[in-house]
Amino acid sequence: MRFAFTEEEDNFRDEVRKFLKSELPNNWDGVAGNNLEEGASDKEWDFALEMRKKLADKGWLTMAWPNEYGGQNASMMKQVIFAEEMTLARAPGRDGFGIRMLAPTLMIHGTEAQKTQYLPDIAKGNVQWCQGYSEPESGSDLASLQTRAVEDGDDFVINGTKVWTSSAHRADKMFILVRTNPEAPKHRGISFLLIDDMKSEGIKVNPIIDMAGRHNFNMVTFDNVRVPQKNLVGELNRGWYVGATLLDFERSGVEYSSRCMALLTELIEFAKTNKRGGKYISEDPNITKEITEIYTEINVSRGMSYKIADMQSNGEVPNKESSMSKLFGTVLEQKVADLGMQILGMYGQLGPESKHNKLKGKIEQEFLSSVSATIAAGTSEIQRGIIATRGLGLPKP
Amino acid sequence: MDLSLDETQQMLKNTAKDFFATECPETHVREMENDKDGYNKQLWEKIVNQGWLGVPFAEKYGGFGLTFLEFCILLEEAGRVLLPEPLFHAVLLGGMPINIFGNEKQKDELLPKIISGESIATLAFHEEDDSILPSSIQCQASMSTNGYTISGTKMFVPFANISDMIITIARTGDKDTDLSAFIIPSTAEGISISELSTISSDKQSVINLDNVQIPATNILGQKNKGWELVEQIFSFGAIGKSCEMLGASEKVLEGTVEYAKTRTQFGRPIGTFGEIQRHCSEMATIVEGTRFVIYEAAWKLAQNKNAKKEVSMAKSWTSDSHKKVCAISHQVHGGIGFTKEHWVQLYSRRAKAAEIAFGDGNYHREKLSKLLGF
Repeated sequence: MRFAFTEEEDNFRDEVRKFLKSELPNNWDGVAGNNLEEGASDKEWDFALEMRKKLADKGWLTMAWPNEYGGQNASMMKQVIFAEEMTLARAPGRDGFGIRMLAPTLMIHGTEAQKTQYLPDIAKGNVQWCQGYSEPESGSDLASLQTRAVEDGDDFVINGTKVWTSSAHRADKMFILVRTNPEAPKHRGISFLLIDDMKSEGIKVNPIIDMAGRHNFNMVTFDNVRVPQKNLVGELNRGWYVGATLLDFERSGVEYSSRCMALLTELIEFAKTNKRGGKYISEDPNITKEITEIYTEINVSRGMSYKIADMQSNGEVPNKESSMSKLFGTVLEQKVADLGMQILGMYGQLGPESKHNKLKGKIEQEFLSSVSATIAAGTSEIQRGIIATRGLGLPKP
Repeated sequence: MDLSLDETQQMLKNTAKDFFATECPETHVREMENDKDGYNKQLWEKIVNQGWLGVPFAEKYGGFGLTFLEFCILLEEAGRVLLPEPLFHAVLLGGMPINIFGNEKQKDELLPKIISGESIATLAFHEEDDSILPSSIQCQASMSTNGYTISGTKMFVPFANISDMIITIARTGDKDTDLSAFIIPSTAEGISISELSTISSDKQSVINLDNVQIPATNILGQKNKGWELVEQIFSFGAIGKSCEMLGASEKVLEGTVEYAKTRTQFGRPIGTFGEIQRHCSEMATIVEGTRFVIYEAAWKLAQNKNAKKEVSMAKSWTSDSHKKVCAISHQVHGGIGFTKEHWVQLYSRRAKAAEIAFGDGNYHREKLSKLLGF
């Protein structure tokens, strides 16, 4: 047991910090106090891509990849440190879809041709992928998905609708789960395909604006979209299991605690330096009690993600641990945002556009965007179901 | 960052887990609730023979030469079975103050006795005002020709009934923090001990000291530096208690999940119902989160690093989390859980006692808020 980082790890953290300090504008604040990828404006997106290239040049994007694919086989802890520093600095440029999800899946299930074709561009930060999973009628019950792909000559022809597709409007390519055998049991008629061009004929990307007024999600419709058969990953009708591999490459989830700590640190500073009713906000015992509780919970959350990283370092595959970390961490994000609202009082209702706002209106934005935290990537209810049945062995309902 | 146990730690954990599973079944815990001494001498001897009273002490005193961290691993396993025997008290409240604050002579003389079980020492801090503040201490120690004369009343002294040494915190000056620690033989003239009847059926006592005379050499640590001893030992105590609660939480989770799988209502196991699954996943998540905060603090304490924030985070979190785990367990068990014959109430009664020992959630949140600069 050792609750400290090695000298090498500390040095690496310094290196990342220095890099971010030199690359990010002065007083950089992310967007709405958050990372840039989600709901960025055009200008912000361009900056995110610029950062991505620089991170790729440093070799940091692919450090988790095996050496044979140009990675560094970096330790799980090094990855955690990188994620922590990026999140604390609210720095944009990481690539969740290409680097973290698709690439490791291709390394396991892809053909040699697919690996050669796709991995180098992902590694260089040249391409934006998006993920075609959820559908209007298939949310938590993902395996019931109905988007149909029919073999036709050398191609598949896709018809259907995908929804909640993050960054589809920015993406060059998409990996998608489609139904290739409607007769088989629901898990056994799904295939995993790669769509090379989001501008293909028949693809329409329709924006979904979230309650914070940001455009991150989309609904994507497919009208006779042709995809060559060579773009099938893994076996036909075995796509569910290819897709499930992808979920094993989930992050350790250290982002939850880092994001919360970045915001809480600002809130503490604000409460200590701003007065209401003639007293510093930090003199209100209700506020300080909540701050200390949340400070402690952030540490608990950090521990949960370190445990996952530790398991992965030891070659174990986390399962219920990831669900627990997500469940706990996302509720925490909502608590911090709510605390921010309490600290700001009447000013909590003012967003970035108001000239009267405090903390640049980011608390209003955080509060609004935190609603999706316990829903996106598997609702809290789904996580609890996973913990109860897969984790604790309770019988399925 | 490495959250795994090393070989020695894993071996200690496995041995302790097996030992306690065999030696401390539920029947034993129940029996000791009504026992005159509150512990079983044969079992105590077996624990002594394992060498566990010497885990955090140097080999020259007969100890294992390991650290507080390894002792925490033992406490977690003891907590799992609600061990009634005074392992926590003998080592943490008796041995550790002597080991940290004693002079060479005291250590040479007393530690081997504590490690071999020949002697049991405990710590008498609390008084009528039960807050953990220097100003709560009214017990007076005045210099006399042969040493000190001590008078006052100590409350909530654990296992005073079987201890032969009471490490007593008393006032030795006018300033708030002018406190000193004294080793008082429990047989000294002027001492009377009366037992309290507690929620967890453990052994805590009120000690009356009426002009108790002790030699000057019985002072433990420097004069007027007793508050430092209290702060340090209470930090260890907070984490030791947290470890016991962690073990207990794990056991409550396991037992509750088992019950949810086997208890049927409406023709199926209650564990198939969403509400019960929600309860169980909530418990599991809380327990999962508890381990890291506790062991981070334990590791830092064992390494002599500043662990003030970590200790307060761990104790405030665990005080509340273990109480919650027990409350959820009661909800899943329904009526049977609050009967005397059921095992859950053994845990939930002790959860309350552990929550308030060495500072409850609010006490440690208050400390933490000061450390955060409020």
